[in-house]
Amino acid sequence: MPAPEQRRIIFRHIDEAGYTPDLACYVRNGGYEVLRKSVQRKPDELIDEVKKSGLRGRGGAGFPSGLKFSFVDRKSGKPIYLIVNADESEPGTFKDRYILHKDPHQLLEGIMITCFANRVERTYIYIRGEFPEGAKILERAIAEARAANFVGPDILGTGYGCEIYVHRGAGAYICGEETGLIESLEGKRAYPRIKPPYFPAVLGLYQCPTIVNNVETLCHVKHIADMGGDAYARIGTPNNTGTRILCVSGHVRRPGYYEFEVGKVTMGQLLHEVCGGPLPGRTFKAVIPGGSSAKVLRFGERFKGKRKVGAEMVEYDWGVEDIPMDFDSLAMIGSMGGSGGVIVMDDSVSMVEALGNINAFYSHESCGQCTPCREGTLWMKKITGRMVHGEARPEDGALLRSIADQIAGTGPGPTGRTICAFGEACAWPTQSFVAKFADEFKGYAESKGAPRPEGAPELV
Amino acid sequence: MRPVNLAAHTLREIDEVITHYPQKRSASLPLLHLVQADQGHISHEAIEWIARKLELQPINIYELVTFYPMFRQKPIGRRHIKVCRTLSCAIMGGYRTCAEFQRQFGAGLGEVSPGGDVTIEFVECLASCGTAPVVMIDDELHERVDAARARELSEKIKAEAGAPATST
Repeated sequence: MPAPEQRRIIFRHIDEAGYTPDLACYVRNGGYEVLRKSVQRKPDELIDEVKKSGLRGRGGAGFPSGLKFSFVDRKSGKPIYLIVNADESEPGTFKDRYILHKDPHQLLEGIMITCFANRVERTYIYIRGEFPEGAKILERAIAEARAANFVGPDILGTGYGCEIYVHRGAGAYICGEETGLIESLEGKRAYPRIKPPYFPAVLGLYQCPTIVNNVETLCHVKHIADMGGDAYARIGTPNNTGTRILCVSGHVRRPGYYEFEVGKVTMGQLLHEVCGGPLPGRTFKAVIPGGSSAKVLRFGERFKGKRKVGAEMVEYDWGVEDIPMDFDSLAMIGSMGGSGGVIVMDDSVSMVEALGNINAFYSHESCGQCTPCREGTLWMKKITGRMVHGEARPEDGALLRSIADQIAGTGPGPTGRTICAFGEACAWPTQSFVAKFADEFKGYAESKGAPRPEGAPELV
Repeated sequence: MRPVNLAAHTLREIDEVITHYPQKRSASLPLLHLVQADQGHISHEAIEWIARKLELQPINIYELVTFYPMFRQKPIGRRHIKVCRTLSCAIMGGYRTCAEFQRQFGAGLGEVSPGGDVTIEFVECLASCGTAPVVMIDDELHERVDAARARELSEKIKAEAGAPATST
């Protein structure tokens, strides 16, 4: 079946010739009209639209956004904060970069609608330190929006006021975790907080109710307010509504960003048709479907079971190519849609070395708060490093798995022993690589570090 | 304690940014960024100065400098080359790119090159995986930097160093 057409809602203008990030261009393209309409409505109506839309967070966890809004403690009398998570740092993910750099006012409009709906009067955009240009573009856009009364003390003459400030991170991946992000915004080390009691909706920034949303998610809110929750819910597939930006990197002919209705494109269509297939003379070997924390998929493996289609349970028997790119299908086959970052590896890649690369990342980024994660990530890095640069042993696969299991447990859900989900995120790659490529880990030991194929770059 | 000589515009920006937060401590990261941009690195004196400015203890600032990878306690070369090390860049040749920069400047990772042109670092994911391998030189992102492109960029940096200094 041929791949469906892209449906660009969020990325509509991203590659448009002559489209610039300034206010004039945004307004020329109908910008801030949705905000104008929205501030004439009741805030609760807007929250209802988001609930009806079925929107799920695009940052990684896929949590229903409307539900998140409804958890906010509105009775405490404390101010409510919105924090925009622009810390885009999950390896393989590069969608927010383009929104921030090329269409910042779309984000600002989404923010202001969300703030109005939730009676937020102060917002911080936490942007990763490695986007210095993006931070400048946002500052400029906020100044323009303030001058035009889309942001500030009296928005569009309604008497409702809200300020937006840009806050730059400084290179720590853990700031993408919402409670770590909050600690960082309070001027501390980004040590994630334990839940309960520190659910941001109740005890977030400065112990006040706080909403933390991803950049792409907030852009969707603008379009939901525009077309209505019911219309939005008809885009995509049931429980996986709207569009989503898939970022494809690695060994395909046309890597890049592609926006599709959620669940309408399969992994096979995406990689073979949209991205042009493998590089000349190569074949696909493995793919990580939702950012480097997501469990790896091996081409050739089969996924079988029963799934709900409409009211009925039907059997499925899928190869990697058959998996629809949505939240539920990817979770069902034991991985996740995560942040939408699809990393493709072909037959030139050694899975031992790829895991060594990933382990070095998590070891560098563990915040160090919980012992299983701080020590476990370091040992997983050391073991894969030794396999590549020293001596690989036949028992290394089992050793790696035992360490990963001690961090994350072995359940499919959050069974970990750490304060935050980083514990699972750092263990899932090791658990899945070792389980699915057991032959390769064993072979690597037997051949004492199989020589890399001609021309293949080193990874560790 | 030696004084920290910050430029007038840096002091202005510092006073402005503190007003963005209901609690002064929140301005720690912004102040560290501003001071580092002004001074090139974060000295002990700067840590104490920021702590006093925000009514904190020096340890409250020091523990940030040692936690967040972007803050440094030593000067770096004239240009800062940051090569992405993470998976998508690595499988597209990021390690080769890094090795080429190191060869061009005769510098180890994290060291100032002889002559002071550059400091080369491996960093984790720069969120531009679709145009791998990527490199940041100071604040500017460079995409699809293979070894040949790394050579070109190195030549440019060397040429700037040879050129007479322009007042900016």
